[in-house]
Amino acid sequence: MTMADGELAIAQAAFVRRAPIAALPPPADMRGVRGWLRSNLLSSPFNIVLTAIMLALVVWVALTLLDFLIVDAVWRGSDRTACLDSEQHRHVGACWPFVWERLNYFTYGSYPIPQRWRVDVFFAMLAVGAGWMLWLDAPRRDLGAVYFFIVVPVASFILLHGAPLLGLPLVDTSLWGGVLVTIVVAAVGIVVSLPLGILLALGRRSALPAVRLCSVIFIEFVRGVPLITVLFMASVMLPLFLSEDWSPDKLLRALIGIALFASAYMAEVVRAGLLAIPRGQYEAATALGLSYWPRMWLIILPQALRVTIPNIVNTTIGLFKDTTLVFIVGIFDLLRTIEVARIDPKWATPVTSPTGYAVAAMFYFVFCYSMSRYARHMELRLSAGRERR
Amino acid sequence: MNAAAASARPKRSLLTDPTLRSIAYQVALCAGVGFIAYEAITNAADNLARARIATGFGFWDTNAGFDISQTLIEYSSRSSSYGRAFWVGLLNTLLVGGLGIVFATVLGFAIGIARLSSNWLVAKVASGYVELIRNLPLLLQLLFWYNAVLKTLPETRDSYAVAGSVFLNNRGLVLPRPILQTGGAALALTMVAGLVAAVLYRAWARRRQALTGQQAPVLAVTAALVIIPAAIFLALRGFPFAFEFPERGRFNITGGVEILPEFAALLFGLVLYTAAFIAEVVRAGIQSVPSGQVEAAYALGLRPKLALRLIVLPQAMRVIIPPLTSQYLNLVKNSSLAVAIGYPDLVQVFTGTVLNQTGQAVEVVALTMAVYLSISLAASLAMNIYGRLITPVGDRS
Repeated sequence: MTMADGELAIAQAAFVRRAPIAALPPPADMRGVRGWLRSNLLSSPFNIVLTAIMLALVVWVALTLLDFLIVDAVWRGSDRTACLDSEQHRHVGACWPFVWERLNYFTYGSYPIPQRWRVDVFFAMLAVGAGWMLWLDAPRRDLGAVYFFIVVPVASFILLHGAPLLGLPLVDTSLWGGVLVTIVVAAVGIVVSLPLGILLALGRRSALPAVRLCSVIFIEFVRGVPLITVLFMASVMLPLFLSEDWSPDKLLRALIGIALFASAYMAEVVRAGLLAIPRGQYEAATALGLSYWPRMWLIILPQALRVTIPNIVNTTIGLFKDTTLVFIVGIFDLLRTIEVARIDPKWATPVTSPTGYAVAAMFYFVFCYSMSRYARHMELRLSAGRERR
Repeated sequence: MNAAAASARPKRSLLTDPTLRSIAYQVALCAGVGFIAYEAITNAADNLARARIATGFGFWDTNAGFDISQTLIEYSSRSSSYGRAFWVGLLNTLLVGGLGIVFATVLGFAIGIARLSSNWLVAKVASGYVELIRNLPLLLQLLFWYNAVLKTLPETRDSYAVAGSVFLNNRGLVLPRPILQTGGAALALTMVAGLVAAVLYRAWARRRQALTGQQAPVLAVTAALVIIPAAIFLALRGFPFAFEFPERGRFNITGGVEILPEFAALLFGLVLYTAAFIAEVVRAGIQSVPSGQVEAAYALGLRPKLALRLIVLPQAMRVIIPPLTSQYLNLVKNSSLAVAIGYPDLVQVFTGTVLNQTGQAVEVVALTMAVYLSISLAASLAMNIYGRLITPVGDRS
């Protein structure tokens, strides 16, 4: 009966849609490039103004940099006249011939020219070690650690400082300079501060009150004062504290200052890692009958260091930037060599200083930015298990 | 059997007794530290005696005999002592630190909030700024601002001049100097009274809103309370300030307030640098507030700005304040880089010039460190108290 009614109703209707039609696309304003622009750049009058201002700023900065570094830059020349507005009768940008001529000075300082291959070998050794440590899936990372923390420092010292027995003439540290010194200071800082920082962090969490007190005093003292005062202390007070016949040279004093300073900061980073390890791990290790050092070495530190890798890398970035401060106690690091070269009468022009600083900025930025990307990548990798997707 | 086993437990060797061991370790450590300290002190005494360098703070009252380019308190090379120079340097450090903290906070919060903006371009520009600044050494930035920007400004003769009363050249920025005349104190008092009244009114309005839900026009009333009395005062008594305008001579500019390029470069560099770090702190703090809080605020009908101010920021501040303090401390410590561009701060004056003139490295460096250390300790003490205050009672340990 009802069936027949239905049939009838259908028969009466001219057309009945039995299949759904596809949904209409969203309005043109809401999708594609236009939609993205609307929602991300032009969502309100205030945002439109903001976007316009920012766009103007970005374009202005980009054009200024482009003009200075490339369009107006001087590419050829043999002395300052090439980079002077008045000589060239045009607006002059970066003075690249100056950088080109001084590139070796920026890299090696006054290191004797026939011996510079030793510096190159040192850079290569260090690069291998750093790659081995930073690449987490590298084979035999335990060997890598031995190589980085023991082999490289000893070999580098012999190589850079010289060993007459091996046929390598001595090169006084006062001749070292430029990128070489910057890298040496940073590398010594890292190689010393990591083990020392771990010891200090363990000391700060030790059950022995005297050990704890010494660690806390050292860490808080160093963290409470500026690096410059630590460097001043190392360079003017250290010679006083040591007997006269054992007086370290200028670079070594600065290295001691930097290494102690970095250790205090590294200790706090490692301590945060130790705090992140659940109590159960300590208790389980004790229950297995492990005594203090095996417990730390085999159970706690491998976990604690792993979770703090991003922070260790970030501290390393800070350390790398801080190496510039050795400049102030008279060491020829990269920044100091640039300062010296930019006021050299052969090249001194109004554009020499900005050019020199641009080179330094590129050097530091490339190193620090890639390290910070690495830290970020590690953070993502470590939190991969916890992240909700 | 059990008792037998217990009594048969092998007697522990003294070598493995934990108590004895821990005492031995600690004694060894103390002996080591003591030995190093003893060696250092005797060596220092020997070396100083051999170099005929005086010890102690006898130099404190000796005439300094050098000039300082920026002095907040009276100082002259002829009659002032090394002690006076120390205070001049310390005040200069505090000046640049205090101003730097204020500006860096404002800029840092702005950039931190901009990084989370819904405007794509604004967020990208802010994060580009943060990445660029954080990955360049501060010393490089200071040298850049000082040597490549401020030192390339025109000579005094060709200074940029604004309205004939503000001059900018490579020796600094010269501004008109405001001179307080009679009635200035009365004006200040009027404005302070207005502010106090405004604060009281605000408290009353808050309480009333909490009780009855009625809102009061706080902003308008505050403005009225502060501005109207001051305006009446000005109308009746006239402007209580006069300005001493700088005059341009042939070789230099006389009069006015001079802002040294060293000071400007240091302040500018420190503010830009620290603001990038503060921005990261602020961003992390805001992101630490669960998004449910914002959604709940919107569900209650709060507009985005109010939700940010009333819901997000108060919760974010609990996360922001501790790292913010350490950024402030970093700023004060970093101000010691002044020595590289010649701004007369504590390190430049005291650890630089005074140390070179007297040769008393131990006293000078120790005193400088003590100053920075006490600033740091005071700040961390304040932080602990603050942390205790903002932790909800139930979470306190």
